[in-house]
Amino acid sequence: MNLSDATEIRDAVRSRKVKATEVVSSLVARAKAANAKLNAFHEILEEDAMRQAAAVDAAVAAGRDPGPMAGVPVAVKDNIATHEGHTTCSSRMLENYRSPFDATCVERLRAAGAVVMGKTNLDEFAMGSSSEHCAWGPVRNPWDQARVPGGSSGGSAAAAAAAICGVALGSDTGGSIRQPASLCGCVGFKPTYGRVSRYGLVAFGSSLDQIGPLARTVRDAALTYAVMAGADPRDSTSAQRPVEDPLQDLERPIEGLRVGVPTQYMSDANDPRVNTLIQSSLDRLRGAGASIVPVELPLTDVGISTYYVIAPAEASANLARFDGIRYGHRAPARAGQSLDDLYAESRAQGFGPEVQRRIMLGTYVLSAGYYDAYYGRALKVRRRIKAEFDRAFETCDVIAGPASPTPAFRPGELSDPLQMYLCDVYTVNTNIAGIPGVSVPIGFVEDGGTRLPVGLHLQAPAMADARLLRAARMVESLHASACVSAPI
Amino acid sequence: MRSVTLAAMSEAHPLTPKEVAHVAKLARLAVPGDRVEALRGQLAGVLGHVAKLKAIDVEGVEPMTTPFDQSNRLDPDEPGTCLPIQELLKNAPAVEGRYLAVPKVLAEDAGG
Repeated sequence: MNLSDATEIRDAVRSRKVKATEVVSSLVARAKAANAKLNAFHEILEEDAMRQAAAVDAAVAAGRDPGPMAGVPVAVKDNIATHEGHTTCSSRMLENYRSPFDATCVERLRAAGAVVMGKTNLDEFAMGSSSEHCAWGPVRNPWDQARVPGGSSGGSAAAAAAAICGVALGSDTGGSIRQPASLCGCVGFKPTYGRVSRYGLVAFGSSLDQIGPLARTVRDAALTYAVMAGADPRDSTSAQRPVEDPLQDLERPIEGLRVGVPTQYMSDANDPRVNTLIQSSLDRLRGAGASIVPVELPLTDVGISTYYVIAPAEASANLARFDGIRYGHRAPARAGQSLDDLYAESRAQGFGPEVQRRIMLGTYVLSAGYYDAYYGRALKVRRRIKAEFDRAFETCDVIAGPASPTPAFRPGELSDPLQMYLCDVYTVNTNIAGIPGVSVPIGFVEDGGTRLPVGLHLQAPAMADARLLRAARMVESLHASACVSAPI
Repeated sequence: MRSVTLAAMSEAHPLTPKEVAHVAKLARLAVPGDRVEALRGQLAGVLGHVAKLKAIDVEGVEPMTTPFDQSNRLDPDEPGTCLPIQELLKNAPAVEGRYLAVPKVLAEDAGG
């Protein structure tokens, strides 16, 4: 049995071919061994996972329904609250923090029989595109450990790609699921804003954040999404309308699929090898009956500017709660220390440099005299970007392009913050518009003797998540040789 | 490494060290004096880049604060269960009994 295929695990556990405890113990052993090389997990929760698995086995033995994800070990990004283990956001600020509750998505996964096997590393507070800015050390790419896995859900992407979990959870504020999925060679799906409850996700950019799965297959991503999605009374921005079952027609190709390709996405600034792979994937889609439609998204470039005003602005407000008083790191007391000093010292000690930069940036663009010029203007450009997508979707069903302009890069290669931000050019606008996006592995580029994965990024209109996953499944079926786990 | 054409279009941003110190104060971040210049350079770089927003015509465009298109939903006003205080306090850096312990906020002579 393939231990990293959630659907296979679920079927085997439900039909008593294997026990959930056997699945968990094998996968945990594999994860422990691989983690020494990858640093994908901050914590592997072996005892808790075995206890949850035993409960699944007991349900099966008693003839009760163990749920649609029975016995599937899930790696949870460490900015998503779990009652077991820590929830650190890969930050010194939350080094000892233990959540008193489960995030809604985790609660739903557990109720469906899934097993939380551990917490994965990220760029601190999900701010980054390389998983280098992690207080517990950088995460490494399973295809080439001398490269980054992308970020910020780098630990989850590495775990899914290296087949050391059933599925993984990530969060995506500007590409943090899709870009690492592309760089690590797994499927990464960001649902429509509001489709998965954000309750229990440590807030970064509240109007942009969305939780989603990273998995070996589109089917597993769809299964995980189906379990998590739907209205939640504890998140007032969770969409009330019913969730369309993404598994229902997943295997049935969309007849006459119209794939929009923005001229702006096939830029000369991309690595030419990435463009070649994207083009060949589009050719295969055409060969399979899809039509390729040129579309225009002229504001693609401006997305980065819009995003790096809105996201830091929201982050600076969200991260104000970390003041060293109620939870999180508190600076040692010293003589003459005022309450303001205590806040400022606790925050300076607890947050890493990138988080501090973004808080400063957000504070600046929201400050008196600059608010209208930066934040107010960015919100107006945001509406124009959304309108541009609406117009493009009048002539196509999905929009395709690269998830990242380059394959995995080396640590330190993008040491200038602005250079790192520019990696997100093809993913930030998805969050700005609130639409769903997915990265599917389509092949590899050869680089210095190693193979580096590349993903095709598909986007669809808001609430067309099921359609998007169906299109992603079509792409996956055309690239069977690209959908393999990393040799770790 | 891919060439970054976007950065070339950035404009210089006149952020001063004094402004950096002011923003740090607003953000409640203790920034040591020797870090101000590096931070100033990095922030000015990003602000110079985001200045591209100025070139976009937004005449008559309404700001979009969220992609969420449903109006505010009101929950029925029913009491629910709260998180246990003892468990919440386990995460506090300092406690006294069932309270969070904080440094003195008022100066000794401010009492009445």
